[in-house]
Amino acid sequence: MIRSEILKEIAPILRDQLVVCNIGIPSQELHAIDDQPSNFYMLGTMGLASSIGLGLALSQPKPVIVIDGDGSILTNLGTLPTIANNVADNYILLIVDNGSYGSTGDQPTYAGQKTSLSKMAEAAGCERVIECAAEDTGRVLQEALDANQMTIIVSKCESGNAKMPPITMDPVVIRDRFMKAVQA
Amino acid sequence: MDIDKKITDDLVANDVSFVTTVPCKQLAGVIEMIDARDEIFHIPSNKEDEGMGLCAGAWMGGKRPAIIMQNTAIGVTINTLATLIQYYRMPLPMLISYRGELREPIACQVEMAVHTKALLAQLNIPTYHFHHQSDVEELDAILKYTFMCNKPVAILTDANFWGGYGDQ
Repeated sequence: MIRSEILKEIAPILRDQLVVCNIGIPSQELHAIDDQPSNFYMLGTMGLASSIGLGLALSQPKPVIVIDGDGSILTNLGTLPTIANNVADNYILLIVDNGSYGSTGDQPTYAGQKTSLSKMAEAAGCERVIECAAEDTGRVLQEALDANQMTIIVSKCESGNAKMPPITMDPVVIRDRFMKAVQA
Repeated sequence: MDIDKKITDDLVANDVSFVTTVPCKQLAGVIEMIDARDEIFHIPSNKEDEGMGLCAGAWMGGKRPAIIMQNTAIGVTINTLATLIQYYRMPLPMLISYRGELREPIACQVEMAVHTKALLAQLNIPTYHFHHQSDVEELDAILKYTFMCNKPVAILTDANFWGGYGDQ
């Protein structure tokens, strides 16, 4: 399975939740598969999806699902200790780990080689860390929502991208409708 | 005047309730005071761009954020300021220890100090420079201005303002 197939499968779960989605092709794929006002698409700033989602989860009570990638987590590795030490039980970090920088031409990441992001999350102090096969992502994500406990999911999948158009929505519109969904 | 208390009180009075910090010796007192205040959730970050991500999320979650950092971090956060905070039009007061100015003991700090205002100007970031203790009187108005216009705003606080680096 590749990322877009995972996103298609979990779209019914994501639809009713606040979602912060990683820069580049992941956001383009989610936008094309199931655009929702409750999706915050990152158009720039690689690496910060997990941080934006954590700030959001710590500031209001609704569940927050962050769709991140292995490359973006590697870009902002300091995020893991911050997440671990500031527990928000409404926070789920889903790392779609395809072992590659998908948006820039599928160059390999270290997460696809010797480095284990789930072990790094555990070493950072995250208490509920689940590594799963791509096929099990929907079940693991639903269980994380039901558990009402901060969860880091590392979903191991294949490298590859679906061809989707860029997001042309104005960033202030994305942000404004997202904030209305937060307040709804 | 207790500058640390004045800054913390102004943050609280302006409903700033989510503060992320990357430490500096000059800021140690204010960071400690912020950490002790029940009205403020204090979340230390490991790097300033990470901290700005946290602030962006907190603001979308309904809280007024602020970041406390050194001016060296302007070099770290230009992309985040341009493509997250400014692009999505978000307010962010940045209380910045302005290292490398008068009464600075470490020469290397001057190397980023000479770029600090130029970089902020290039980014069209409203910038205030606190050099004398009495300059802190403007903080309340600066915070109101920041949340009025939804922009990142820089408050540079130099060693003279803090009473000399390491002399406090």
